[in-house]
Amino acid sequence: MTIPVLSETGVAFVMLSILLIPLAIAGLALINTGLGRSRNAGHMMMSCLCVIGVAAGTYFICGFAWQGVIGGPAHIVRLGGKDWNWLAAQPAFFRGVEMNGSPASLAVWMQMLSVVLAALIPMGGAAERWRLGSMCASAALLAGITYPLFAHWVWGGGWLAQLGVNYGLGHGFVDAGGSATIQVVGGLTALAMAWIMGPRRGKYTADGMPTAIPGHHAVFVLFGCLMAWAGWLGLNSAGAALFSGMEPRRAVLVAVNTTLAAGSAALMTALVTRVRFGKPDGSLTANGWVAGLAASSAGCAFVPPAAAVLIGLIAGLLVPFAIETLELRLSIDDPGGAISVHAIGGLWGILALGLFEKFPAPVLNTADDLARLTSLSGVGQGLAQLIGVATLIGFVLPLTYSFNWLLNRFLPQRVAPEGERQGLDLYELGAGAYPEFMTHTDEFFQR
Amino acid sequence: MKIAGFLLLLAGWLLVLSAVVLLPAGGARSAFVLTGMAVEGLALVLVFRSHRILYRSHQ
Repeated sequence: MTIPVLSETGVAFVMLSILLIPLAIAGLALINTGLGRSRNAGHMMMSCLCVIGVAAGTYFICGFAWQGVIGGPAHIVRLGGKDWNWLAAQPAFFRGVEMNGSPASLAVWMQMLSVVLAALIPMGGAAERWRLGSMCASAALLAGITYPLFAHWVWGGGWLAQLGVNYGLGHGFVDAGGSATIQVVGGLTALAMAWIMGPRRGKYTADGMPTAIPGHHAVFVLFGCLMAWAGWLGLNSAGAALFSGMEPRRAVLVAVNTTLAAGSAALMTALVTRVRFGKPDGSLTANGWVAGLAASSAGCAFVPPAAAVLIGLIAGLLVPFAIETLELRLSIDDPGGAISVHAIGGLWGILALGLFEKFPAPVLNTADDLARLTSLSGVGQGLAQLIGVATLIGFVLPLTYSFNWLLNRFLPQRVAPEGERQGLDLYELGAGAYPEFMTHTDEFFQR
Repeated sequence: MKIAGFLLLLAGWLLVLSAVVLLPAGGARSAFVLTGMAVEGLALVLVFRSHRILYRSHQ
């Protein structure tokens, strides 16, 4: 069980791919900002910068120590005669990792960006009512505990990755680009935050009917989608190479699958909204695009292009119905669509890998000698993916909810009613994002 | 009700883990994993309903 060894070309390829990942982060920040109202735009962008700093810093201090790398020191429990790798035991502050292009250092670099991406996701779900200080504290919990723990199980040679070796379940839980570790972990945290904070003021009428609160900048949202696409190409390629042992030349398949999944998801959402509402909806189509990207990550290197199209189509179909169900039937206010896009899109991507996987030989398995396993896929792979989904819903969701609920007891997460009325730009930052805009009456508040 | 829902979520996950550790490969293991997921599904229904009820009562 060792981290995949990369050739010189491989190192250069991975470095280039990792350099693209900040585009996904910037894209997500733009999407979150554009989907909110103009009175909160500056606050959202500034919060993104603060959360990036907090998440990266926390990951540096203790996150990586608990996540570790494949083959690194770890806490292992023996259960049923098998080794269960639960938690890494790396030194804190990145000690022991030579920052010289070694696979471990590349993993550290990529993980730091991945944890930042995961920390930005809940901001979309709890936008327009989340205090800046609490947002940073919550990001620290995500980057310091929740993310490293689950990422160790999947990408650090933990027990989920070992399911293939220990129990003959395919290649163990596979998540090449982060559908589970990044998207679902972030999406479930968004759900926890939406539960804890409740809906925005004025979102629901007295009889419980939701009102539409449109985003203020469609161009931000759609341009953010394009940036996210470029970032995802890097994210999926780097993840597949570092954590699934993909050869650099197979990055062609990764790029093709990522693009096809995003494109087909966006088209499907546009079609669904066109049929249901008479015109295609821009913000929902943007959500569909990102859901396609999120769903593409798990199997980007292991499914044929036709399957990637199907994955995207189903992700694009799920998004509008999920958003409507959450808002209308479950009274969950998710301004950025983070739960539907990242949690539901990501979960679908994980399951889709179990359905459509087509592993190349020799089989790539981060939890075992790369050359030892050959074609162990089939039903076992599907079961391994199901166990991963069960772990996300049954363990990660209660964990992230408990942490944030406790945090809320000591440091209230929700801004005061006056802050929501005034807008977070003025209330928390003291200046609006668009000072030359004319202020007009807010039609969304009941008087 | 919400706490019960979260405890049930954990119970479903432990059922899945137990199936992996205790049962040999085959139908029984798959069936228990699916049962654990069904328990998680019920737990999610409970948590979503409790959130809705709480929100309505606050309103």
